[in-house]
Amino acid sequence: MTETVKIIVVVFLLIGAFFSLVAALGVVRLPDVYTRNHAASKSATLGVMVILIGTFIYFYAAGHSNTRLLLALVFIFLTSPVGGHLINRAAYYSGVKLWDKSIRDDLKGKVKIRNFEK
Amino acid sequence: MAFQILLNLFIAFVWMFLKVSYDPATFIIGYLIGLVLIYLMHKSFAARFYLSSIWAVIYLILLFLKELIVANFSVLKIVLKPNMDFQPGIFAYKTILEKDWEITLLSNLITLTPGTLVVDVHEENNEKILYIHAIHVPDVDDAIEGIKSSFEKAILEVSR
Repeated sequence: MTETVKIIVVVFLLIGAFFSLVAALGVVRLPDVYTRNHAASKSATLGVMVILIGTFIYFYAAGHSNTRLLLALVFIFLTSPVGGHLINRAAYYSGVKLWDKSIRDDLKGKVKIRNFEK
Repeated sequence: MAFQILLNLFIAFVWMFLKVSYDPATFIIGYLIGLVLIYLMHKSFAARFYLSSIWAVIYLILLFLKELIVANFSVLKIVLKPNMDFQPGIFAYKTILEKDWEITLLSNLITLTPGTLVVDVHEENNEKILYIHAIHVPDVDDAIEGIKSSFEKAILEVSR
């Protein structure tokens, strides 16, 4: 394996780890479910995808082309936005409040909300 | 579109039987000849020439990837900012798309767009309405409308 390939792999892995860290930080720092979901569904997707690309390049340069990694890439790309959407929807339907500083809620009164906080 | 691809494969196989040689190279030559034939006769099909549909799909995938990267940098900025001074909110967005798979694709694209996340999809008097949670309502609102008209255009281009 040549040095340039190693450097490319290292860059990919570090970028992926960095974005995963940003996702984790976002989940801790942001105020409510909906904003946390922004961080979790976007940064985690890109983080995992970039790490998988780095792994694929590493093994490809070593002589194995593992297509399962590429399939995993596509699956994560397609399923994680759907997961984020469903968590958001479930939260809204079970009466989770938006953050105090939220300035707009067009969905209010449009759906039947079950309140579990009583 | 699927019919044209099948027809093209069929022409490639006919070419292989005509040449009596069954290797990938002959198949590719046959496929290219079929492509030319279908292009010459594309006016007699109901749909348009299928290569332009395939190009629209590739464009949509590239758009997806670009939006994912841009979205990550905007999340990065919000998360690492010392003070939390953004104003989130949920706004309604009327879409002109009709088929279920188009709306699924549009909501996936919106979810991966900087600062927006789909909360719910409703149908009210024959209009499909997406309810979108935006992380900062005041300044994104107009920009988002612009971005989404480009998404909707790209999706319509695929389904045409």
